[in-house]
Amino acid sequence: MSLTHQDVARIAQLARIEVTDAQVEATLAQLNNIFGLIEQMQAVDTTGIEPMAHPQDVSLRLRDDVVTETDHREAYQAVAPQVEKGLFLVPKVIE
Amino acid sequence: MKWEVVIGLEVHVQLNTASKIFSGSSTAFGAEPNTQASVVELAFPGVLPVLNRAVVDKAIRLGLALNATINKKNVFARKNYFYPDLPKGYQISQMDLPIVGPGTLTILVGEEEKVIRVTRAHMEEDAGKSLHEDFQGMTGIDLNRAGTPLLEVVSEPDMRSAEEAVAYARALHTLVTWLGICDGNMQEGSFRVDANVSVRPFGQAEFGTRREIKNLNSFRFLEQAIKYEIQWQIDTLEDGGRIEQATVLFDPDSGETRMMRSKEDAHDYRYFPDPDLLPVVLSDDDIARVAATMPELPGQMKARFVAEYGVSAYDAALLTTSLAHAEYFEQVARATGQGKLAANWINGELAARLNREGLELAACPIDAPRLAGLVVRVADGTLSNKLAKQVFDALWVDALSADEVIERDGLKQVSDVGAIEKMVEEAIAANPKAVEEFRAGKEKALNALAGQVMKASKGKANPAQVQDILRQKLA
Repeated sequence: MSLTHQDVARIAQLARIEVTDAQVEATLAQLNNIFGLIEQMQAVDTTGIEPMAHPQDVSLRLRDDVVTETDHREAYQAVAPQVEKGLFLVPKVIE
Repeated sequence: MKWEVVIGLEVHVQLNTASKIFSGSSTAFGAEPNTQASVVELAFPGVLPVLNRAVVDKAIRLGLALNATINKKNVFARKNYFYPDLPKGYQISQMDLPIVGPGTLTILVGEEEKVIRVTRAHMEEDAGKSLHEDFQGMTGIDLNRAGTPLLEVVSEPDMRSAEEAVAYARALHTLVTWLGICDGNMQEGSFRVDANVSVRPFGQAEFGTRREIKNLNSFRFLEQAIKYEIQWQIDTLEDGGRIEQATVLFDPDSGETRMMRSKEDAHDYRYFPDPDLLPVVLSDDDIARVAATMPELPGQMKARFVAEYGVSAYDAALLTTSLAHAEYFEQVARATGQGKLAANWINGELAARLNREGLELAACPIDAPRLAGLVVRVADGTLSNKLAKQVFDALWVDALSADEVIERDGLKQVSDVGAIEKMVEEAIAANPKAVEEFRAGKEKALNALAGQVMKASKGKANPAQVQDILRQKLA
């Protein structure tokens, strides 16, 4: 499969990445290369093989349900561009 | 044209854990903004999520209660979208392999039972809250709620009316609170419902195009929103229009639904397995350990109430709408040995009074032992129904036992034969016309005489005895 310029623009939009026309051109070539690799991998017969969700065949360790965190709001908000009444302020968003 | 309604529900059940799904931050409601948001919820670089065992156990608990498949291997995935109350840029959720697979939930619509299929239930994290009040023209973000554990429970499109949808939502609400996995507080958002609604001509096999109503946080709004949406879709189709797939919001003030986004700008979430989290692998022991702690479920308890106490299936269904109700009933029934009478009082007088005063059973001023004291006195004939209601009213306001109220107010029913005979004779002597009518075959005249006796006894004479003695004397 081969991507179009529109596909690249859409992917960039979904990822909120701004791309110039020249960058779309370069990215298109790179992505098509990657798709070429994927096509090669998809040609391998995987009948009867259980798909893996993680490259290592190990399972998740769980933690007990205990509150271990304390309030560090002041320290965490020290790096925020703008705060008020304990809230992080961001450009207005209304969906 | 006749239309058929098709509804499926997605319910977000907030799990009542102490700490968050992927960090040791507290989940307590109502704290100062951002005081319960750790570096994990804030998405600082390099942090890693660590799954809370209680979330897994509570999910298994619901799965077992729904008779559902528990997927022993389940996988977390990233659901990608950009919104400021989700600092990572993705929500950790489950997609292809959720923890709970297909199951069923039985609902009661009117007096009819119906089985609704549950498609799946998966674990995920909640997002933070955006506050759109004016902060210098900006939006305020509180991440205390971010990372709160949720179970999203998805049904098949098996419901055919707003009433069935509400019955399903209520049954699920009963179940999750019964199981002790959710506090059920809808105002605080602990139980949020999305409804997928479509209509199709009766007899058509394919579903119509659906619209999804988001974030309904009361049963009343759920019913109003679905009814409005159904009518809107039917009107649109009958006017020759088409339904476009869309997400809509319900406005409680206008009672209408309005479009939030159409299919064209629908999100493309680009799910993929979260590389930060390994697959969750459950052993038979893990499941058995949870199964060993399962309580008697509403359906099982309902059947037992019918078998053990002889109450009707309908009464038993009402008594098992919450664990609190069921426990209250069982205390009264055990203390009195009068299951049916206990059910009548709890589903009748007590339910009506709670409803009128807008109270939950937990806040009921009459506890189970005191209601039992009243039921005993009705059963042994000390109180007529009328007097019992008087005692009930007294129990509601005074911290006394039924016997103390009877003693204080002199409400004991008179069952002394001699005393009743005397009043009956007086009534016969004073009402020759009624006596004559009764003897002429007019049954109703007896009631008039009985009424006189009851009046003379100030309502305390045993009504059945009064009738019997009257008949004897007039025979």
